[in-house]
Amino acid sequence: MGGQQRNQDQNRSASGQGNKQGRANENFIRQLFERTYEETNRCIQCGYCLPVCPTYQSMGKESASPRGRIALVKMAAEGKLDLHRHLAEPIDLCLGCRACETACPVGVPYGHILEETKHVLYQSAPHSHPGRSDRLKKAILHHVFPYPGRLRIIGRMVRFYQKSGLDWMLRSTRLIEKVSPTAARFEAVLPRVESLAAKPYDFGSVLPAVGEKKASVAFFAGCVMDALMSRTNRLTIELLRLVGCEVVIPAGQKCCGALHAHQGMREMAIKLAQANIEAFERSGSDFYINNAGGCGAMLIEYDRLLAEEDGAWPVRARDFVSKNRDISQILDRFGPLPFRKKWHGGIITYQDSCHLRHVQGVADEPRRLLRSVPGATFVEMEQSERCCGSGGIYNLLHHDESMQILDDKMEKVAATRATTIVTANPGCLLQMKLGVERKGLGAEVRVLHLVEVLAQACGID
Amino acid sequence: MQPKIIDQIYHIVPRERVLLDLHERYTYSYDASFGEYLPDVVIQPRDTGEISRLLKLANQEKIPVYPRGSATSLSGGPLPVKGGMVLDMSQMNSRLEIDRENMLAIVSPGVITADIHRRAEEAGLFYPPDPSSSHVSTIGGNLLENSSGPRGLKYGTTKEYVIGLEVVTPLGEVIRTGGKTVKNVTGYDLTRLIVGSEGTLGIVTEAILCLIPKPPARRTLLAAFDRLENSGYAITGILSEGILPAAMELMDQACIRAVENYRPSGLPVDAEALIIVEVDGHEAAVEEEIEKCAEICRRQGAGSVRVARDEKERETIWLARKMVSPAITQMGPTKISEDATVPRSRIPDMMRRLREIADKYCLNLVVFGHAGDGNLHPNIITDKRNEEEMKRVEEAVTEIFEAAIELGGTLSGEHGIGILKAPYMEMELGPVGLEMMKKIKNAWDPNHILNPGKIFPEPGQTRVELK
Repeated sequence: MGGQQRNQDQNRSASGQGNKQGRANENFIRQLFERTYEETNRCIQCGYCLPVCPTYQSMGKESASPRGRIALVKMAAEGKLDLHRHLAEPIDLCLGCRACETACPVGVPYGHILEETKHVLYQSAPHSHPGRSDRLKKAILHHVFPYPGRLRIIGRMVRFYQKSGLDWMLRSTRLIEKVSPTAARFEAVLPRVESLAAKPYDFGSVLPAVGEKKASVAFFAGCVMDALMSRTNRLTIELLRLVGCEVVIPAGQKCCGALHAHQGMREMAIKLAQANIEAFERSGSDFYINNAGGCGAMLIEYDRLLAEEDGAWPVRARDFVSKNRDISQILDRFGPLPFRKKWHGGIITYQDSCHLRHVQGVADEPRRLLRSVPGATFVEMEQSERCCGSGGIYNLLHHDESMQILDDKMEKVAATRATTIVTANPGCLLQMKLGVERKGLGAEVRVLHLVEVLAQACGID
Repeated sequence: MQPKIIDQIYHIVPRERVLLDLHERYTYSYDASFGEYLPDVVIQPRDTGEISRLLKLANQEKIPVYPRGSATSLSGGPLPVKGGMVLDMSQMNSRLEIDRENMLAIVSPGVITADIHRRAEEAGLFYPPDPSSSHVSTIGGNLLENSSGPRGLKYGTTKEYVIGLEVVTPLGEVIRTGGKTVKNVTGYDLTRLIVGSEGTLGIVTEAILCLIPKPPARRTLLAAFDRLENSGYAITGILSEGILPAAMELMDQACIRAVENYRPSGLPVDAEALIIVEVDGHEAAVEEEIEKCAEICRRQGAGSVRVARDEKERETIWLARKMVSPAITQMGPTKISEDATVPRSRIPDMMRRLREIADKYCLNLVVFGHAGDGNLHPNIITDKRNEEEMKRVEEAVTEIFEAAIELGGTLSGEHGIGILKAPYMEMELGPVGLEMMKKIKNAWDPNHILNPGKIFPEPGQTRVELK
């Protein structure tokens, strides 16, 4: 009984289901084939992606590797595997960090394959009995994230919660922990939300450059950043002004759509992208700046997302992409920053945001900026380019898998003896904070966004 | 697979390391070569005892067993062509010890080769074998395939560095071969028999590797030749001057153009050949040697010779070579990478034969490789979905093998025989030579449970089938 003979048997049994569901399934399989087969076939299965894949390293199974996932998508497109019984779980367990794309010697567009597959899985998901958490996830993605106003309300609620002492009460009674241990862990690392009084930016406003104006930039505030980490946004704007940028905060901007695209909700992501392109075009700025690696990676791929849309959308998207920059790129280009204070925060280490490094190709600029801080000692962490296990909302959806990756990461952090961990993305920031808490180092080690360190050295608070 | 066998496997290995789901098994159905063969079960053993008991079970029940490392094989080494059991050895990686006094490394089979490089270097030592996949491949896979890379010319192949093994035989018995001494003439050299046996005779569960002092300095040059023959004369010229470079790499014109087209870096696209020469050793010696190499290249008609002045320039030179793989995949999704090897003096003849074969079958063929040791990598770029073209590729591959053997060379310098070259074994070994190998296989593995379908041609099989 040869292996190949058996493959044919498998084929026959897969196509043998003649019922209605089988036919619907065939349509989805055809869709998967049309949208991914050319790309999955470019994989030469050399395995160069294995050592850089965080889930392969932590789970030790080929199905948890990029090579394995690509092979499974290909086999599912060939009708050898069932979309939901076989393909959904390995795809779902991918962090989407895209380190494999940097390692790939032949340029397989893994992120694209992943997103197309998620889209097919999302559309073909058996809708009859969706799980409670699944429904909640979809509702939040549909009705909350696309609307900055609604998110700000949540931000204010969090602030009220933190200010009122309710958080202290809930923590001391361990009430949240009793309802959901995962929620409790995240509640503990949530940043302190600033009061509205401290927020100097309004959508639609224009803030002048300090000194000679070198460029006009439009700032992308992001949804989570705007609602929960508005201080980081405020400091970002201040730093931009300090290096000579006039900062426009375009009105009408929305969530970048990354969370939606990563969950397979492509139509929603397209709508958000179009709204953002319109909002930023109106600013007439030279560059569009964001301070969240995950959002930046989404923004920089709007051209691909809108490639098949009607009319001028593909051209407009390409123009948008050409202007998209991470904050570190602009500060590095228009700097040096006017530093005024010596750093007393001990050794600094930097954890790459996967989407900043592997998708946007930005790795040197944040490091150069950190090294330029007067009095700071920068120590490079081993495997700093490897994902911390945050993966957007991966740490909520796959908590145990994520924590295993995080614990490995914290050992690498410990080896640097750093007392300040710097990140460039809100997801990574929360995850690293969680890592610090898990190690019980909350009192000694701080986790900061790059702009927080730079702002502190410039004497801005 | 019968439930009773699965139950017995569960008695040997805990359930979480026994993979039975269809999608899990499918991800162990391939390697970096061709074909897809679904195993019945994938097992991730962690120690010698488990492997011994699994092989006893397999031998008793006559179940095929396929050891697999990181599955980077280009010849089908780990493919479970007859179904059965895949042993994923990549997770058996607990031991990596450097014994500085005896200049040895003691390693588990799942250890990644590059980790051995790194740990040896930390101790001021050096493990030379460097297949291009060394940051992915396991040492167990390297041992069983006797892998090598650019450094083969000066430092030899994997087998030169293996002095002791722990092996589980197909009957499930555990034996030790060799030991910790470089000299050892006690009986047959089973260590060298196992190394390069492609997993057909035993499963390596531990290895003792020789290390050497790390060369303190290295220098690198890039030379372009208008005529291919001249690059061949330069290569033989350097060696006959008494210089043994650590690497001597060659790229042909198709290759140069592909790289320059993919990522322009000022390579001379009119040159018929580029060679990269790297010497290593003591500072003063390498300084003198690289100058001599440059002079020989010029004397043999090199249009340009560039000697790297620092590490950055060295990296730029090697980048041209590293870009070959991504560059040629732009020309088509399927790459047939061969490693037919000829005596060094016949390289120009082999290059000419390769060009004739490519023209005859109208195929896209580029050649690069380790020219110093005659190990060329003719790569045919094609699309495996194009059945008509694949037929022509099969014909061309057969002629490449014939050419190599006619020129006094071999089917495979480093990739192994596996399934892809098995049909040609008799062409190189002759009937009696092949028969002697079969006798060895029968003596070790009377029930043919270990990596069946590899090395030896199936009855009636006379040529490669790529599908």
